[in-house]
Amino acid sequence: MTETQDLSHFVRFPAEGVAAMDLVVEGVHCGACITTIEKGLARESGVRGARVNLASKRVTVEWSEGELRPEAIIDRLSSLGYPAYPFAAAKLDNVEAAEERRLLRCFGVAAFGAMNVMLISVALWSGAADATGWATRDFFHWLSALVVLPCVGYAGRPFFESATRALRQFSFNMDVPITIGVTLALAMSVVQTLQHARETYFDSAIMLVLFLLAGRYLDQRMRRRTRDVASNLAAIKAETATKLNADGEARETPIAAISPGDLVLARAGDRIAVDGIVEDGRSEIDQSLVTGETAAISVGPGAMVYAGTLNLAGALRIRVSKAAEGTLLDEVNHLLERAIEQRSSYVRLADRASRLYTPVVHLTALATFIGWTLLGLSWQPALVIAITVLIITCPCALGLAVPAVQVVAASAMFRHGVMLNSGDSLERLADVDTIVFDKTGTLTLPQPSLANRDDFTPEELALASSLALASKHPLAKAVAAAAKAADPLAAHEFPGQGVTVFHEGKRLKLGSPAYCKAEAEAARVAAQWPDASLIAFRGPERAVVFAIRQAPRPDAATVIAGLAHEGYAIEILSGDRQEAVEKVAHELGFTRFAAGLKPADKIARLKALREAGRHVLMVGDGLNDAPALAAANVSISPISAAHLTQAQADAVFLGERLTPIAEALHIARKAKALMIENLWLSAIYNLIAVPIAILGLATPLIAALAMSGSSLLVTGNALRARKAKARA
Amino acid sequence: MNVLVYLVPLAIGLGALGLAGFLWAMKTGQFDDLDGAAWRAISDDDLPDAEDKNKK
Repeated sequence: MTETQDLSHFVRFPAEGVAAMDLVVEGVHCGACITTIEKGLARESGVRGARVNLASKRVTVEWSEGELRPEAIIDRLSSLGYPAYPFAAAKLDNVEAAEERRLLRCFGVAAFGAMNVMLISVALWSGAADATGWATRDFFHWLSALVVLPCVGYAGRPFFESATRALRQFSFNMDVPITIGVTLALAMSVVQTLQHARETYFDSAIMLVLFLLAGRYLDQRMRRRTRDVASNLAAIKAETATKLNADGEARETPIAAISPGDLVLARAGDRIAVDGIVEDGRSEIDQSLVTGETAAISVGPGAMVYAGTLNLAGALRIRVSKAAEGTLLDEVNHLLERAIEQRSSYVRLADRASRLYTPVVHLTALATFIGWTLLGLSWQPALVIAITVLIITCPCALGLAVPAVQVVAASAMFRHGVMLNSGDSLERLADVDTIVFDKTGTLTLPQPSLANRDDFTPEELALASSLALASKHPLAKAVAAAAKAADPLAAHEFPGQGVTVFHEGKRLKLGSPAYCKAEAEAARVAAQWPDASLIAFRGPERAVVFAIRQAPRPDAATVIAGLAHEGYAIEILSGDRQEAVEKVAHELGFTRFAAGLKPADKIARLKALREAGRHVLMVGDGLNDAPALAAANVSISPISAAHLTQAQADAVFLGERLTPIAEALHIARKAKALMIENLWLSAIYNLIAVPIAILGLATPLIAALAMSGSSLLVTGNALRARKAKARA
Repeated sequence: MNVLVYLVPLAIGLGALGLAGFLWAMKTGQFDDLDGAAWRAISDDDLPDAEDKNKK
């Protein structure tokens, strides 16, 4: 039975006779890497071209169809020293990329318009038209209209569309006053031009659109880079299933390339990747991820199995009914997503401010208009003043105050290895006062390690690890990793008990202590390593028991101490055994911990904390933590976790260390402080600017200067979010 | 002031040319990888391969 990867799913055909594939490449970081990869691939016969994208760490390779197997490209790249993984862009990635390009295009058009109109406006302000009469001034105004109207019509669409969407749902967002302001200003300017007036506001309108687009584009770019990293990780740990072809050949195939009706193989210890019906084989299935039921159920031919469940015992052949999309796991995900939506009763700072602010701006503008009309001014100058009020107030205060900080903070977090999944998680992180940790895989490293190396000889370990390679049990994997055994023994696996083989005339066994008849030894080791999980090995001479421990993350103790010092209430909620949790809690300095909890218990505890008025951050990675993560105010997951929790948490962090969590909290707090500061700055700016505008003293030049000045002030202030200090 | 009849369209035309250039650059993917572009500017891929150079 040969096992190769089926790559056909990833190959595109951009032109006749040309095949292309995108790959995520690890370890690309500078210009030398680009040259090495591109030249190295170009030497491969059949390759037409290779192009590295350094920003997204991907390479696109094109070759003449049929002259090269796609596997050869991966081999070539790995021989160059760059492990590569095939990559197929998800639909959402393409949507985000298209949105980014669209914003950039709009920005280009707005910049073009703004530059040309400013050219004309400066001439007008400097009095060029006064010397030559109204004909020249009108000519300039018409020119401005000619440039600005189509430019705003094109470049303003992101705002207009968003405002229309909001209004259709009878709600307000920031784009509503922007749209009203811009539209009114343009309409008014056209009327003014027709009436040979002195002032028009084409320049203000286009500058406004330009500034706002710059902010939107930067925000979108940040978000897409985060998404790029996430999709790269997804590609690197791509989910595959073992597909059985008609001739019985087994091929590791990406889930996306499996269709209903295919036959897949699930070995003991595998997570089942598809929904389907068992054709052949008997086993026990852990459905806790999907149904929350922790007791294993036994399945046989004809039984239905679901994606996301764990095959505990024997190998199963499964006829696929649903893969990739529409599986029960997907539906559970959707349920969780809905739960998150309902949870977010949290109102974003920006929304809160705009809820307060938007009506005030509109009412002030309206009152100004009515006021001036009542004072006997004709409607046109009155409307001009009202528009000035609208323009001078709305964009800078809310358009930039909060988003600018968000962009800077998100990129600062990104540098520390934290990626935000939801937009308001930053503010929710800032409010946290209680941190709840899961133990397994969160405080400890996800990979278990061997603890009692001194209890047995290297030969025994080497033999045991060769045997362990034949098993898929996580404890066996830890044994295998401990000795880095090279060649597996052709062992036979007894599901749920262990593996066994005849080796040099002796029967070797690896499995549960009962299976290896090593209960006495197991009791002794258990006493010595109370927090460890045990796996036994019956060797040629005697039985030994391995204690498998999960090591705490290297900086866990420092980070926890730091967080406690900063005044956070911290505790552990774990589903693990009391002794195991107690040990870790003492080691890391936790005073409050609870062990042996079921997911429902964790949720109850989190609820109790929230009802006590706490803002809870849940840090967890276990699969059955997904509901608990949703039950907290805000959540963070290590990205090595299964993808379900990844999508579930508000933020994810990379790497082996816990420091990113502390950093994320610092940055979030700093960011929130800066947001509030910025809102105050713009409030003060408005307190000064609005009366001037209402009194009709603001000329377009002053409005433009005030607008850019306050934007710069707010943006500059936002940049301070880069440097966040720990709370003393 | 008749000179404006030439100069203004000329100014806008030049601006439009710049815009067209920007849109073209975007369309051909030149903004897709700004990090890489910074490195490519100083790469020696216009020279013969390093091995060839040693032979000379």
